[in-house]
Amino acid sequence: MTALLRPAIVLFLILTGITGFVYPFVVTGIAQAIFPTQAGGSLIVRDGKPVGSSLIGQSFSDPKHFWGRPSATSPQPYNGLASGGSNLGPLNPALTDGIKSRIEALQAADPANKAPIPVDLVTASASGLDPDISLAAAYYQAPRVARARGLAPDAVRSMIAAHARGKLLGILGEPRVNVLDLNLALDALK
Amino acid sequence: MTPASLALIAIYLIVMLALVKPMGLYIANVMEGRPIWPLRVGAGVERLIYRLSGVDAGAEMGWRRYTIALLLFNAVGALAVYALQRLQLWLPLNPQQFANVSPDSSFNTAVSFITNTNWQGYSGESTMSYLTQMAGLAVQNFLSAATGIVVVVALIRGFARHTAQSIGNFWTDITRSTLYILLPLSTLLALLLVGQGVVQNLSAYKDVPTVETLAYQQPKVDSAGNPVKDAAGNPVLENMTTQKQTLPMGPMASQEAIKELGTNGGGFLNANSAHPYENPTPLSNFLELLAIILIPSSLTYTFGRMVGDTRQGWAVLAAMCILFVALVALAVHSEQLGNPRVAALGVDQTASILQPGGNMEGKEARFGIGASALFATIATGTSTGAVNSMHDSYTPLGGFVPLFDMQLGEVVFGGVGTGLYSMLIFAIIGVFIAGLMIGRTPEYLGKKIEAFEIKMSSIAILVMPFIVLLGTAIAVSVADGKAGVANPAAHGFSEILYAFTSAGNNNGSAFGGLSANTPFYNTALGLVMWLGRYWPIAAVLAIAGSLAAKKRVPVTAGTMLTYGPTFIILLIGTVLLVGALTFVPALALGPVVEHLVMWGG
Repeated sequence: MTALLRPAIVLFLILTGITGFVYPFVVTGIAQAIFPTQAGGSLIVRDGKPVGSSLIGQSFSDPKHFWGRPSATSPQPYNGLASGGSNLGPLNPALTDGIKSRIEALQAADPANKAPIPVDLVTASASGLDPDISLAAAYYQAPRVARARGLAPDAVRSMIAAHARGKLLGILGEPRVNVLDLNLALDALK
Repeated sequence: MTPASLALIAIYLIVMLALVKPMGLYIANVMEGRPIWPLRVGAGVERLIYRLSGVDAGAEMGWRRYTIALLLFNAVGALAVYALQRLQLWLPLNPQQFANVSPDSSFNTAVSFITNTNWQGYSGESTMSYLTQMAGLAVQNFLSAATGIVVVVALIRGFARHTAQSIGNFWTDITRSTLYILLPLSTLLALLLVGQGVVQNLSAYKDVPTVETLAYQQPKVDSAGNPVKDAAGNPVLENMTTQKQTLPMGPMASQEAIKELGTNGGGFLNANSAHPYENPTPLSNFLELLAIILIPSSLTYTFGRMVGDTRQGWAVLAAMCILFVALVALAVHSEQLGNPRVAALGVDQTASILQPGGNMEGKEARFGIGASALFATIATGTSTGAVNSMHDSYTPLGGFVPLFDMQLGEVVFGGVGTGLYSMLIFAIIGVFIAGLMIGRTPEYLGKKIEAFEIKMSSIAILVMPFIVLLGTAIAVSVADGKAGVANPAAHGFSEILYAFTSAGNNNGSAFGGLSANTPFYNTALGLVMWLGRYWPIAAVLAIAGSLAAKKRVPVTAGTMLTYGPTFIILLIGTVLLVGALTFVPALALGPVVEHLVMWGG
């Protein structure tokens, strides 16, 4: 037993040194050298200042912006310090109540739009920080954004198409658009 | 199921199968200490490590000594992870000044990470310092995975050797599997993930301005940090506005890589692989999916190679693949079907070229349905328990799949090492049943299966259902257990059943609505994780020792073949029979009832 104690402790310390310090420090060093932007959080920089991260969604509720996925983080949506989903079960009345109020908010902002609402626009994401919405969810919002900005709907739709991302090799990923990218591009129009 | 989901699953299986032989061969060479170039390069470092640790690399161990070494090594790890959490405020690399973690949560997390469970009662980005993550949690990601590898390798040696007194040297096994298998793969994967956008730095968290000003309400707290309540006892809310967002930073990619490769699953961040900083793109998701399955599937080839008949390994892999395809098909189908109560509100859940459709609650737009349900199936069939979508919000049958996947004993590829040794135990039970039916002494791989092996196999298989069902029964009977439930009716029961199933199988995924960071759950789940890991491991190593000591029985015309379709069906049947018999009553109270309610009324 005591003959096993020394290797148990010393070997543990050595392997901790290798996998707990050398490994992450080496990976950090190489990552900073070859992928500095990604390793630093994929920040979007405008005029030398960060204006967000291209990977992390933000909360939008202004009619002239595209709205992102509902976020279940607390106390505020898209809280970067409290990622997570709603964890509401499929039969929980709170789930359907939440969806109803989101439908009402979307319809109140664009009463003329009678199209069925794409599911990802009224359901909370897993991370609460989802940067994307489906293309369906973007096109659904195009008339509202166009009217709020005094743009032609086709101009807004072509902006969506320009920012759209499809399936990699036709298989990986879903048709989607990054909401922050799209809104920053719209704000830069004027 | 959409054609795109089918194509994703098909390509995933093809890439996995293409990697099985080269990877499995490499693992066999490493664990047999053959003079391949990585071992020659590392020989000097290895010798130095052994000299410092006082290890005699040439000394073989019997199964008892091997087991004690393993338990001691893991116990030292548990103490280290516990200490790091309890002391993190006073230690370096804590830029956010996170407080020391509570004793019950630290205990739970320490057990969770040494047992390869990686259940997360805590929220990573607001609890753990970089030092705790790197030097505590990520280290155990390596060592608990290496522990799984050495146990299965010891068992394989039990089959491969005859009239032997030893099953290997624990110290050299754990060192080699860490240095030559896990470390190089993790380094490569970590860098690929950073390229996709996974964060890797040691900076403090970053504040960025947001485009819109956000107004929200939060519970008011007094100067002592207690919530303020009004006369009626309701919490008082205060109106807040913010124009900034705080982005978590840290050494995430290095931890993410070993988290998947070691089938650990403990995320750097609370949302785990659903978080865009842990899993930013569909390609990073595919890489993580592959990393999860790489070693568990390849070990079947390692097994065949080391026992001198690769057909034996392919047969086991075939059984795993068949179970996997059935489970993943059910998960994807159920999630794609969506939620009828959401459809009733006029929401469009139909898949099209513009959207994934289906049940998108708790899923990310970039992964949609196929990549989410595939991830859920593979992370619970292995002991990973990472999530890229929230299982609690799955449809009843969609959520049944991860639950049942674990309850089968995590053999649908299974954890690193644990999956294969669990499957080999099922194979022993299978040949025993078949032997009874045809009236012959059962044999497996030239070894007679006798009373001792069957006793130990029964222990290894029955411990898990015993602690899972007992734990669930206690939790649903006491106030502290019921207090954690977030969803009403049958779903609430599923949350508790899922928690104990996950802990007993060392998985670590959750129906996350359950508030499990309480002294009751931290303690109960901690004990279940501990027993669910080391009790079966001791039984498996005992079998390894017993088999190694046996003579090899020559193959005759009457020997039952343990490859080919008959054996594969026998193996699948054994897994399903044991899993179904023990868990169907509990499942009937949870997901089955919920499914009937959802579609029936």
